[in-house]
Amino acid sequence: MDMAYLIETIVKIVVIMLIFSALAGLGTYFERKVLAFMQRRLGPMSVGPYGLLQVAADGIKLFTKEDIIPTNVVAPIFKFAPVITAATAFMAAAAIPFWPQFTVFGYTVHPIVADTEIGLLYVLAVMAIGLYGLLLGGMASANKFSLISAARTSAIFISYEVVTGLSLLAPIMIVGSFSLIDFNNYQAGGITHWLVWTQPVAFILFWIAAFAETGRTPFHLIANDHEIIDGFGTEYSGMRWGLFFIGEYANMFFISFVIALVFLGGFGDGGLMGALALIAKVSFFFFFFLWTRAAWPDVRPDQLMWLCWKVLMPLAVINVVVTGLVMMF
Amino acid sequence: MFEAIAFYLFAILTIVMFTITVMTKQALFALTALAAGMIFVSAFFFILGADFLGVVQIIVYTGAVMALYAFGMMFFDTTREVKERNGSSLIVMGLSTLSAVFTVVIFSAPVVSSKIESIYPTIEGATNSQSVGMVLFTKYLVPFELAAVMLLVAMVAGIVLAGKKMDRSLTLMAEEEILLSQEANKKVIL
Repeated sequence: MDMAYLIETIVKIVVIMLIFSALAGLGTYFERKVLAFMQRRLGPMSVGPYGLLQVAADGIKLFTKEDIIPTNVVAPIFKFAPVITAATAFMAAAAIPFWPQFTVFGYTVHPIVADTEIGLLYVLAVMAIGLYGLLLGGMASANKFSLISAARTSAIFISYEVVTGLSLLAPIMIVGSFSLIDFNNYQAGGITHWLVWTQPVAFILFWIAAFAETGRTPFHLIANDHEIIDGFGTEYSGMRWGLFFIGEYANMFFISFVIALVFLGGFGDGGLMGALALIAKVSFFFFFFLWTRAAWPDVRPDQLMWLCWKVLMPLAVINVVVTGLVMMF
Repeated sequence: MFEAIAFYLFAILTIVMFTITVMTKQALFALTALAAGMIFVSAFFFILGADFLGVVQIIVYTGAVMALYAFGMMFFDTTREVKERNGSSLIVMGLSTLSAVFTVVIFSAPVVSSKIESIYPTIEGATNSQSVGMVLFTKYLVPFELAAVMLLVAMVAGIVLAGKKMDRSLTLMAEEEILLSQEANKKVIL
């Protein structure tokens, strides 16, 4: 544990924090533009060229807005809940390799903060804690809509964690490791080696569960605008509300990285092309989140539970059993 | 040095969190502090190099405490303080301090007398999850399978108890049907 290692780690953490906070802000801009184009509108156009400075305008608005703590809320938890969502989203990023290793001025950089052997499990576990922020925000604000949203959060948490875990079990069995770098190296041989060809069911299941984990549109029940106002965020204002958003968008980016690394070959053999391909894959998955929001209606809570327990979970279990049998014989 | 800093930081955090869990009158504080304490405990596994167990600690306890939240939501207004009826707080304090001290003495006595050895030597080159798997599927196979069977029994029982009217969905029924079924239920109860 020398000084160079410490400094390198701190620099990496700061860089990842800065890049993904900025991307979370830009993510809202992309979302508005993509949704607008799909609905034959222009989206934000007034602030800056093509509305690009809208992000800055939103940021200024959120930072300078009054931070209201309503009466009757459980103030300490109400104040702390948004921090949980934002902080755990960035904590989860510690075990994700964002880029193949590269050399700058003769110094080899590994763009991963903590290369542990249980990377994948760690990412999923810490990402799951992020739902606590929504739950606590909903329960602490004395509001019936927020409470409904909190109940939905805990239902989604308890059921979709099962699908995420079981669907990833089969790829983990094949690769024989939890490390995302091992996953990447296993698929380094090119397109034909990608795990999506041997594990298509797990890929689809995990992708669906990713929508539930991040609370994106087909499963956007946690903050369903037309029935429960903004759910957990109803009583929030200013930057506390903004932190929920940063957490949600950062989670979308990180789960896109996980899907690309686990199923679609990640950064391949580590060359420049592989690195660019990883960014293209992540962009596609992020775009898909927005695409689904424009194209699909929300499901009802009971349909969500039906889908999880009666369709996805049996499929995931069958997938694990079949994978085990094939590997045995 | 880093390990010492991390250990003392997380030790203090864990103790503070569990103290809040016991002392507070607010259900929401208690549940949140419990969840936070459980997650902070995982840090000790990470410090000891047992990464796999640390992550399992996080996954299991976030899920378990989340279920407690659901119960809390159903049974009380979690934003209000709970009125507790305490007897003599002196006796409670004394007994809990005594039992805490005894627990520490019981568990630290073998460590202090340095008679403690690992029965199963660590396997060279095996990763964390591999060594857990090896012990689990050789030495502890029977308890492991027994636990699995018990969980299966509990799951089947849960489904049987909860799933009586699962083929009907209130959202899909017409208003008259719901009223009719309510009337039918009343007759059965009477």
